[in-house]
Amino acid sequence: MEIRQIKAETVTETVKKLFMDCNYFIGKDIMTALKKSFENETSPVGKSVLSQIIENDKIAANEEIPLCQDTGMAILFVEYGDKVVIEDGSFEDAVNEGVRQAYCDGYLRKSVVSDPVFDRINTKDNTPAIIHTKIVSGNSIKITAGGKGFGSENMSAIKMITPSYGIEGVKQFILDTVRTAGPNPCPPIVVGVGIGGTFERAAQLAKQATFRSIDSSNTDPRYASLERELLEEINKMGFGPAGLGGNTTALGVNIETSPTHIAGMPVAVNICCHAARHASATI
Amino acid sequence: MAKRITLPITDEDIKNLKAGDSVLLSGTILTGRDAAHKRLYELIQNGDSLPVDIKGEIIYYVGPAPAKPGYAVGPAGPTSSYRMDKYAPTLLELGLKGMIGKGARNKEVVESIVKNKCVYFAAIGGAAALIAKSIKSEEMLCYEDLGTEAIRRYTVEDFPCIVAIDSDGNNVYETEPIKYRK
Repeated sequence: MEIRQIKAETVTETVKKLFMDCNYFIGKDIMTALKKSFENETSPVGKSVLSQIIENDKIAANEEIPLCQDTGMAILFVEYGDKVVIEDGSFEDAVNEGVRQAYCDGYLRKSVVSDPVFDRINTKDNTPAIIHTKIVSGNSIKITAGGKGFGSENMSAIKMITPSYGIEGVKQFILDTVRTAGPNPCPPIVVGVGIGGTFERAAQLAKQATFRSIDSSNTDPRYASLERELLEEINKMGFGPAGLGGNTTALGVNIETSPTHIAGMPVAVNICCHAARHASATI
Repeated sequence: MAKRITLPITDEDIKNLKAGDSVLLSGTILTGRDAAHKRLYELIQNGDSLPVDIKGEIIYYVGPAPAKPGYAVGPAGPTSSYRMDKYAPTLLELGLKGMIGKGARNKEVVESIVKNKCVYFAAIGGAAALIAKSIKSEEMLCYEDLGTEAIRRYTVEDFPCIVAIDSDGNNVYETEPIKYRK
């Protein structure tokens, strides 16, 4: 395969469009799940909340404005082909320029502060982005981008469970995390779970799980079954839409896994609000 | 049927509001979230005067997105209220009458709501584009350097919310989910 040159500008334009699109247009998977939940919700308040969320998402798409004011921190999962060379610049700079243009030109909220503890000064362009890059063989770049709000991000958790706890330990930690989050992360939520790997790999897999469409399942039927079981258990908790009571607390549970150490079984739970925003493109 | 309330809210209005009531607010409200609360709180701790009069006001925990040309305000849904729990009782003691946000509050806030005869409203998290339709104009009041976190005055018309915690301490986040728990 020949080396392919891609202009930095092409990366920037692609990233810009992905962040604007995902903030204006909710995915079909989420809209379908919201409508189905509306049909099945037994709480009158819950039903009313769901109908307002559906209306909100339609307004945002029609008017091309953000569906939520928290347009999030910019996160990208990149599959970078090893035969790609970026012309006139660096890949990282091109991505951050795309984020800057999306948030400044697209009327998205700038929610990033430069230093977490001392300064907390807004960077005013929502950079830097969080970029997860995987080098793959090939001559293209696949980018999956999403804005992640922090109402739900703050409700996420990780635990270094050990093997003897088994599947029951995994389930308990996931359900405890969702129960503790309760009404705060803007239910109905999407629950991303990462199991295995190391401390940081589990967390990354959990985030990646929230970026997978909720109408898909884990390819391993055992985990696919666990996804369905957890969704059912979470919807028995009663928090409901906006946490005001009802049987729609979650729209989906996505699990991603990785090989791990003989001594470990890390579990990370990344909670996402109903505004589960992500979009993909391949250059 | 939603209860319509014209602001400023009166003690009588607050007394009549019960947890779970749907409410439409019209008039003016203040905005403020994490960073603005921290500044107000520090001024109070130091015995300094506040740059904005909070007496009798309702504060909306919101950090709006920028307004697109032709719009009065950008999308403006509520942020999680618990992050303001550290500061809320102090503001309620000084005469703030209500808060609008989303999610549960801690024990100290609930006790302060009851003690000071105030009310906590929930707006629907993630319904920012819809909620913004009820915000007719905005005025920058202070802390403009905080960007989205600045304190603004919103003029609202039929702003939709639900009484989450009433002045008797009834709390929908405690009472409602258990009805649907299986």
